Amino acid sequence: MKAEELNRVLYVDLTKKDIKVKDRTDLFDKYLGGSGVAIKLLDEECPTGIDPLSAANPIIFAVGPLTALYPSASKTVAMFKSPLTGNLGESHCGGRSAMAIRLAGYGAIVITGSSDILLYLVIEGDKVKFRDASSIGGMDAQTVGRILREAETGSGVRTIIRTGRAGGKLVRYACAVSETYRHFGRLGLGAVMGSKNLKALVISADKSVEIPKDKMKEYRKVYDEIHDVVVKTDAMEKYHDLGTAGKLYEMNKLGGMAHKNLESASAPEAIARELSGENFANKFLSRRISCSHCPVGCVHLASLRELYAPGHYFKTTTIPYDNEPIYAVGFMLGMEHAEDCLRLIDAVDSVAMDIISTGVALAWATEAYAKGLITKAHTDGLDLRWGDVQTYLAAIEKIVEMPTEFYQNLAMGVEHASSVYGGQDYALAFGGNEMPAYHTGIACYINNLTGARHSHLDSAGYTLDQKLIGKEFSIEEVVKSLIAEEEWRQILSSLVVCFFARGVYTSERVLKAMAAIGLENWSPEKLEVVGRDIHRAKMNFKFREGFELAKLRIPKRIFEVPTPHGLLKEEDLRKAIEIYGGIISAQKSSDF
Amino acid sequence: MVKKLAVLDVNKCIGCMECMFACTRREGRAGFDKSAIRVRSAGGIERGFVVVVCRACEYPPCVKVCPTDALRLRKGGGVILNKDKCIGCGFCAQACIMGAIFWDDELDKPIVCKYCGDCADYCVHNAIGLVDV
Repeated sequence: MKAEELNRVLYVDLTKKDIKVKDRTDLFDKYLGGSGVAIKLLDEECPTGIDPLSAANPIIFAVGPLTALYPSASKTVAMFKSPLTGNLGESHCGGRSAMAIRLAGYGAIVITGSSDILLYLVIEGDKVKFRDASSIGGMDAQTVGRILREAETGSGVRTIIRTGRAGGKLVRYACAVSETYRHFGRLGLGAVMGSKNLKALVISADKSVEIPKDKMKEYRKVYDEIHDVVVKTDAMEKYHDLGTAGKLYEMNKLGGMAHKNLESASAPEAIARELSGENFANKFLSRRISCSHCPVGCVHLASLRELYAPGHYFKTTTIPYDNEPIYAVGFMLGMEHAEDCLRLIDAVDSVAMDIISTGVALAWATEAYAKGLITKAHTDGLDLRWGDVQTYLAAIEKIVEMPTEFYQNLAMGVEHASSVYGGQDYALAFGGNEMPAYHTGIACYINNLTGARHSHLDSAGYTLDQKLIGKEFSIEEVVKSLIAEEEWRQILSSLVVCFFARGVYTSERVLKAMAAIGLENWSPEKLEVVGRDIHRAKMNFKFREGFELAKLRIPKRIFEVPTPHGLLKEEDLRKAIEIYGGIISAQKSSDF
Repeated sequence: MVKKLAVLDVNKCIGCMECMFACTRREGRAGFDKSAIRVRSAGGIERGFVVVVCRACEYPPCVKVCPTDALRLRKGGGVILNKDKCIGCGFCAQACIMGAIFWDDELDKPIVCKYCGDCADYCVHNAIGLVDV
């Protein structure tokens, strides 16, 4: 069947168990799709100042004009008000999610209200069904996926987006999982789904998008050109070979890798070798898979065979690994064995929490415990120690079950927990979001502090830091460069192209790709303006919800440990934040 | 030389669905509702993938059950569909135990592989390819 235009938006009201479809050509024409359309829908649907875990918080899923049409345009953008930071919640996920939404016939899905009973949604093209999820409420994310795969016969190819137990318990950094191994990881989508009594979505693709006849030749030509760049050059080879884990060893060697709650920025050589992408590949890699319509295959799955009971009872578990999970529960928690790191990744994935937030929260708790700020009364008897996998497995369980007030606080994020117990100097959250791996220089921290999502992928400050090693630069240049990068990434996340394919989708290729499917009258300048507009709209949402640049907390720890650029100074970072504020208020958006 | 499509090494399949998209692209569409090839997980992604496509049987069961001779034998193996003769009874799809005859809901007729190899051109991991019959 022919898919409708991208401009169809499905609105689902969980309170009334009702749906409607609206034509939002107005938004897609101006803001492309993905992040651009989602921020406008969030602005419309999310009243100012609401509790992110109340029925008033909407969830928006959006795809873009390149989704299902070009290789590696394989991501879905989710937007909501974040229960972790209290402002912009945005996370991106691949798997089959984007293809399924587009080929079900929608450009975006808006979910509002809250159900009286636990539900899962089934979207099969034009049919939307509200299904009772009472019997799968307390289940982990993998089991929910397996049950729904069998329970739902939805035609075609589908995505199953679900939460684990952490979502139902409203852990503020609970995530949503799709296709078992991909995540809407950051900023708490799982908790928002939990607060709405929404356990999962099953979305089936049953349509295809028609290419205008007069464009067919051009479309095929541009398609092949992009495909060739993706597969025949080294632009993406690194993601296929060792995957994102391939850079861990070098990053550690460079001294830009947070180890044991940033006690240092470089783990000892033996640990770095043990936790390297090379070691994971040699010992555990069992399969490489990809998102729909992406020939790269960056998703690396490990196979872990373990004796779990006497009498030769073995189990073999398949566990996805990437750069960030290995950092968060490997390097940060002082793991000495890759197997232990995999066990922790599996445990966090099962309950479905954001693994960066979980690792950083536990790293802070370990240091606070060692310093006596928290005791066994807080930890419910756990003796938190670096590298102790059994204790961390138990702690992960306790974050979800919250047997003590301490775990209730830890489940609200490290920013909150450290405001209650102290230890803020080493509570490694920026803008309320737990920090990614990098301690590479000033740019990565400007990125963490000012990025709209406080995510390393906002403006890739860690990449800029590495480029600047050995060079003279001013803080202003760094800030400008990061803003330009973040603005351009709004275009990629509106089309929606995977950021790993950013080297493939240059401005020139984006314009060719758009023209070949009938999206004309775009220019490099217009892309630049729209990218800026989308970025400012996201920042305006943050400011509207109380985010203030001047009030950003900077943990002292980052000034105590040398980066590859030497020790950082707080005054430089404060100056950078000020410059950032000056630039974005001077260059306001054109019409938001 | 007559060619047919073959699954060369299913362990190299990463589940990207490029083959499925390539097949429907021949019809001027982006998607896979016109595709004569499907990739699905072998019961959960951790077990890998299954590539379902016409194996160009020497004695194809689908031809045997076609009541209107819309499906005829192709020289060297496999089948050729004459859509004009097809009444959409669906017997062919039922007869194929590989599940390699797909259904076009718009036309209400089967989708049968033409062994053109477009899908294989986009399989960069060489899981599938054209081989001599």
